Amino acid sequence: MAMTEGANRYLPDYSSHPVQHHFSPYSDNGGSIVSIAGDDFVVIGSDTRLSSGFSIHTREQSKLFQVSNSTVLGSTGCWCDTLTLTRLVEARMKMYEHSHNKVMSTPAIAQMLSTMMYYKRFFPYYVSNVLAGLDTEGKGCVFSYDPIGHFSRSDYRAGGSAGALLQPLLDNQIGLKNQEGVTAAPIPLKRAVAILKDVFISAAERDIYTGDGIEIKIITKDGVRTESFGLRKD
Amino acid sequence: MTKRVNTTKMAQFGSDAFAAKSFWHNGPAPGASYNFPNMRSSSGEEEMQRSQTPITTGTSVLGLKFDNGVIICADTLGSYGSLARFRDCQRVMKVNNNIAVGVGGDYADFQYLKRVIDQKIMDEHIADDGFALKPKALYTWLTRVMYNRRNKFDPLWNNYVVGGMQEGVPFLGAVDLRGMAYQDRHIATGYGSYIALPLLRDAADKNPNMSLQQAKEIMEKCLEVLYYRDARSFPKYQMAIVTAEGVTVSDVLEVKSNWEVAHMISGF
Repeated sequence: MAMTEGANRYLPDYSSHPVQHHFSPYSDNGGSIVSIAGDDFVVIGSDTRLSSGFSIHTREQSKLFQVSNSTVLGSTGCWCDTLTLTRLVEARMKMYEHSHNKVMSTPAIAQMLSTMMYYKRFFPYYVSNVLAGLDTEGKGCVFSYDPIGHFSRSDYRAGGSAGALLQPLLDNQIGLKNQEGVTAAPIPLKRAVAILKDVFISAAERDIYTGDGIEIKIITKDGVRTESFGLRKD
Repeated sequence: MTKRVNTTKMAQFGSDAFAAKSFWHNGPAPGASYNFPNMRSSSGEEEMQRSQTPITTGTSVLGLKFDNGVIICADTLGSYGSLARFRDCQRVMKVNNNIAVGVGGDYADFQYLKRVIDQKIMDEHIADDGFALKPKALYTWLTRVMYNRRNKFDPLWNNYVVGGMQEGVPFLGAVDLRGMAYQDRHIATGYGSYIALPLLRDAADKNPNMSLQQAKEIMEKCLEVLYYRDARSFPKYQMAIVTAEGVTVSDVLEVKSNWEVAHMISGF
């Protein structure tokens, strides 16, 4: 056989015996994000609890980052990665503005975020991102990501520690999945905000990493408006 | 001894030149990731163990905002595992006239970073441009330093609590060994996050605009409770107070403790 020289041959990719580190660069700091898009608006909310395991670091940590007048990024997971990533996004937004003399559109930011995430493919940012904004036509849009940069556009998304808990609820209430005798109609802003609050109240009941409060950002053509709402603190 | 095999030699002496080339030569194993050229390979010889363990350590650091300033407290014990080895390890630091920092975790790593911070302040002093480092700038800088070291798998094993006055408003923030950071009205690290933080939260909720004197009393109570229950704590501590007037780091003070009920404890 041509290529066999026993186990001693030097193939760096194959000689990956495990290295012991008792230091983990990642921590799970919890937090959930929900975003719902309408015809001419988008709402995005996140809880305000920052925790590690059973300890709550702070009850007042915003996880929403306004990157432009019509785009808000929600980011949870490993908080040190969130801090780094969002700071980098902010810098890239400024660089784009200075070189093109315009603000990046939401779909463009969405693509950039994917590229920035995939750049760290082999040492990923361990975060769950939901990007909400208005697209170039003024329609609400939601982009969601996995930690290595895969993304997709949708009308509603739940992410973060209670993401798996909330997504099926949104599928039913907003996507009208598994419902009979209903006709799909565009969701009004009031209902979107009401669902968002209800959904977080439910998440706080079952997910210990979600609670304390929520911050809601409502994005319309007139700009971004912020609301806050209390959740259970236990 | 090097494991590297001369690849040209391998091609020359391949026993069967007509045999099919192995699929994806030198590529990663299924499910493994590719090692890009000119990057550190993961072969045994080039490996080194970077991430250490903390050796001489300080326990909790406490921080609390009051109506017109910030207090930071930490005891002066340098623990060597369970041995209370160094009894005068001061780990509350005045950075400049508007920042104080309290540090927990590895004392050597703190001493290293203290030198770096002191040099930063000296450089600024030499520039003599009338600007002074602000607490938020130091806090953000610390997140970057800590995050950088965690990316190298060689963390500075510390918790930093930064307190100060930012444009006349009290600032209090914490940074951990991964570069994870947050700001709050009250901060406690280590065992303090279990024992002192609930006391601080309770006090701050009941009295949102507490005075310096009230804040001092709460901090003293927290240090006392920590001394009772944290086995790595010590009854000697320092307290830094930052207000618009400047930074004062106290001398080494003593925790007022009461052991009157100790003789009644039994059952062990």
